[in-house]
Amino acid sequence: MANFVAKPAPATLHAAADALAAGTTSSRQLAHDLLERYRVVDGTIHGFLRVDEAAILAQADAADARRAAGKALGRFDGVPIAIKDNISIDGQPCTCASKLLEGYTAAYDATVIARLREAGFVFFGQTNMDEFAMGSSTEHSAWFPTCNPWNTDCVPGGSSGGSAAVVASGQALGALGSDTGGSIRQPAGFCGIVGLKPTYGRVSRFGLVAFASSLDQIGPLTHDVRDAALLLDLIGGHDPNDSTSLDLPATDFEAALGNVDVKGLRIGLPREYMEVEGLSDEVRQAVEQTRDAFAKAGATIVEVSLPRTKYAVATYYVIATAEASSNLARFDGIRYGRRAKDATNLLDTYFKSREQGFGDEVKRRILLGTYVLSSGYYDAYYLRAQKVRTLIRQDFRAAFEQCDAILGPVAPTTAFRSGEFTDPLQMYLADIYTIPVNLAGNCAISVPVGVASSGLPLSVQLIGDALGESTILRAAQWLTTTGSPMPAGDA
Amino acid sequence: MATPAHDVDIAHTALLARLELTDAEKSAMQHEIEDIVGYVRLLQEVDVDGVEPTAHAAPVHNVFRKDASAPSMAHERMMDNAPDTIDDELIKVPVVLGGDEPGSA
Amino acid sequence: MQYDIVIGLEVHVQIRTDMKMFCRCANRFGAAPNTLVCPICLGYPGVLPVPNEQAIRRTLLAGMMCNCELAAWSKFDRKSYFYPDMPKNYQLSQYDLPLCGRGHLRIEGKSLIGDVGPKDVGITRIHLEEDTGKLTHFAQSSGVDFNRAGMPLMEIVSEPDISSADEAYAYLVALRQVMQYADISDCDMEKGQMRCDVNISLKLPGATAFNKKTEVKNLNSFKAVHRAIEYEIERQAEILEEGGQFIQATRGWNDVLGETYVQRIKEDAEDYRYFPCPDLMPMRIDDELLDELRCTMAETPARRRERFARDLELPAYDAHVLTLEKATADYFEACVAAGAPAKQASNWIMGEILRHLSETDTPMTGYPVRPEELAKLIGLIEKGTINQGQGRKILAQMVAEGGEPEAIAREKGWVQESNEGVIADFVRQAIAANPGPAQEVREGNAKALNFLMGQVMRLSRGKANPQVVMQLLENELTG
Ligand SMILES: [Mg+2]
Ligand SMILES: [Zn+2]
Repeated sequence: MANFVAKPAPATLHAAADALAAGTTSSRQLAHDLLERYRVVDGTIHGFLRVDEAAILAQADAADARRAAGKALGRFDGVPIAIKDNISIDGQPCTCASKLLEGYTAAYDATVIARLREAGFVFFGQTNMDEFAMGSSTEHSAWFPTCNPWNTDCVPGGSSGGSAAVVASGQALGALGSDTGGSIRQPAGFCGIVGLKPTYGRVSRFGLVAFASSLDQIGPLTHDVRDAALLLDLIGGHDPNDSTSLDLPATDFEAALGNVDVKGLRIGLPREYMEVEGLSDEVRQAVEQTRDAFAKAGATIVEVSLPRTKYAVATYYVIATAEASSNLARFDGIRYGRRAKDATNLLDTYFKSREQGFGDEVKRRILLGTYVLSSGYYDAYYLRAQKVRTLIRQDFRAAFEQCDAILGPVAPTTAFRSGEFTDPLQMYLADIYTIPVNLAGNCAISVPVGVASSGLPLSVQLIGDALGESTILRAAQWLTTTGSPMPAGDA
Repeated sequence: MATPAHDVDIAHTALLARLELTDAEKSAMQHEIEDIVGYVRLLQEVDVDGVEPTAHAAPVHNVFRKDASAPSMAHERMMDNAPDTIDDELIKVPVVLGGDEPGSA
Repeated sequence: MQYDIVIGLEVHVQIRTDMKMFCRCANRFGAAPNTLVCPICLGYPGVLPVPNEQAIRRTLLAGMMCNCELAAWSKFDRKSYFYPDMPKNYQLSQYDLPLCGRGHLRIEGKSLIGDVGPKDVGITRIHLEEDTGKLTHFAQSSGVDFNRAGMPLMEIVSEPDISSADEAYAYLVALRQVMQYADISDCDMEKGQMRCDVNISLKLPGATAFNKKTEVKNLNSFKAVHRAIEYEIERQAEILEEGGQFIQATRGWNDVLGETYVQRIKEDAEDYRYFPCPDLMPMRIDDELLDELRCTMAETPARRRERFARDLELPAYDAHVLTLEKATADYFEACVAAGAPAKQASNWIMGEILRHLSETDTPMTGYPVRPEELAKLIGLIEKGTINQGQGRKILAQMVAEGGEPEAIAREKGWVQESNEGVIADFVRQAIAANPGPAQEVREGNAKALNFLMGQVMRLSRGKANPQVVMQLLENELTG
């Protein structure tokens, strides 16, 4: 094992912005430092799929020139950020870590990219992921697996494992990821950083390569809660190009983080969460100590119930795979991407391009999704899962009548060892704490609270109601600053 | 309600999904998919009588775009992405065999 | 042998809008291949659809025109199948909640061969979907143009109420009429704006089940639909007579050979795996919208027909012909508004103009003479400045070279002489030169009057107004 956890200086997006404003650093200097760090560690971590040094320096120099001319695009002009490789950046490849998209060049900016571009951010590399965001370990990338910076024998989590690992290993000040069933929160948890999945509809999905459209959200993976808040302020908001985007007023979650206290905050603990099979003692203790810290600071602890928790994974794997089977139908090697050379007719072209282009996990989910939608099975699987989804949403609604935020684990364990899961179903079951949030469409944040005896980070999850970001960000801010429940690790 | 068959017809499903599988893959997938489907059957025990299905996570309706066209994208960008073209004008696809014909729009 | 014949039509109609259904590319025919495309209509990774409001409104309008029940809630579903003209390998369409439900269209009067109806042909549903791209087949490969991909498309499914080729033809005419009237589509089949699939099956009288239905796809003219149905009735009747077996099949139409051919055998039903599109939100069609649409709703062809007959006192036949196409009816009304008497305008349009359009295969909208100019021409005839024959020649010149009717008449020297003083001179000359016939006229011989009339016309080189000549001759000889 090796340990590569480190923080760059300045270590956060807001610190970099402050340093740029103060003139104590330049965008080129920030980029240069990160590139140095990248050259040293990423040969071992494998968090990035691509880092185009020339393009990064060109963006940084342009930002510095703007700032020097007094025409900075704003506070973040020149601040670098890493992007998960399933978010479209005009003129850049966007492979989703799949061979099928080899050779494809994106022809447009995702809405989140357009917003960050307007704010002057420098796009610093694209990060590794499980192919098409299907997986919880970043072992299912078509190119190479990413390692956990805290212990390179362990996985960084997934599917945004690359984003989590480059932030945790000091190669990025912050990153964007996507979360369909925990793909931001679980890798953030495994890598000891902050990961936020916003309320469904708060952040535009336009330009995010769809895995499961009714569950996907883009969100930040950052060193601290403040960065998560400010990134959400920047990327959130209504987008006319996304029919599922909510028409909400502009937010200032960052400003709401000053002087937080949790007195009177009602923290709910779902009884079912502690009964999950495979929940490790250390994770349980981390949740309990966090609960106690909240209580000590004057928060009210309430026991709540989410009775359909045990159906969440089954519901998710029907709905997510059904949508995925349809979303991934377009990857056929006809208009873009890699087309099989040895096909002799059209049908064969489909078969071979998809056979050669997709990895096993993607094929497995496409087959499952095709099956549950196929004639004769729709009602028994898909329609039924949509109804159970309604019940899961109702469970959350009822729980939030009694509390303001729900506290629980992010995953049953800390980061597991590479190759540990050979049975796909067992890996799916480990998403039990993150999946219900996507099904219900509300928001949640993964917060590091300590380090386990193995030396791996311990994290907890704070779940908010729909549009309850302010509440969970404030609670998370308190938890990571004044209220830290456990002896601090390196993070 | 009717209980769906246990057996997953993996060859038929793979045909619908346009995935070519080797015999070895077929039997492995058969096993894994049946495993997962077996697990998913857990949902049969939930009482969903009178429950509306949820198709969307956000309660929004009537989202439309005003009818005003905008410039299209540069033709070259599309051609640059295409694996094969005819005269840089059409996307070239292998010959369509009889069995490939779909229904009309 | 006698058979029961059951025919249902599935008609796809492109909706006229400024942009495509789910992206902002222009909805336009005839552009260079793959130039009206964008990441959205090409199904690039990460794109999302947003529905075109106008296409939804026009689909609802089509439903109103076809007397359909309109949905209170509607949604878009994904229909999955792989084909290279479909960028996402699923089509955004509507499955169980189409915008328009049951309705009907009235057919009556003259069809292609004989008369049909009056009869109401049931409409099962009208739903909104996106069009596919266009495939061109070559020897070793095919080429795809995605300009058409994502254009708004309505699918209008009829009940199997149609029982003859003539009825099918009349239904299509009625449907096109409605689409044109409500400004929903030009329904130009040459441009693929209207495409038709026919389902047809026969059974012996008394038999309980029909034979397996045959679908004839992609018929690109109303005449082709008529011919294909006639052909299929004959083909299927032969099989029935010989006691042969039917196979459920999709057939194509060879317009040159005038026969259908097997395109694909349908082993089992397609599995399209419809499910609600998670990228598109449901639609609630409220009364406010429907009221607004009703206010803007165009006069139906049937109502316009009645109005022409009642208010403009046209014969029923004229009203029928003039309203067959909205453009024709619009032309007629503009001509009347410019001062032409209704029956005269009708005669000119139904005669000269429709004949010319049919001979040259031009649509009414492509006719070069404006209705106001036709009204002027009719005015010249009414005033007696020119005669009918000259009018026809002037119109022909206006079509060929353009120009203004009175100017052409003058330039050709066809302006009629109606000045009584001038004509009276010719009349006196004619009488003086022909005393015999003049005397016969005085004695009541009408034939002789015609002879003198001819003489006057000759003296005037054909320009004298015949009515004035007649009047003056009578005054001179019998008055
Ligand atoms: Mg259709
Ligand atoms: Zn487009």
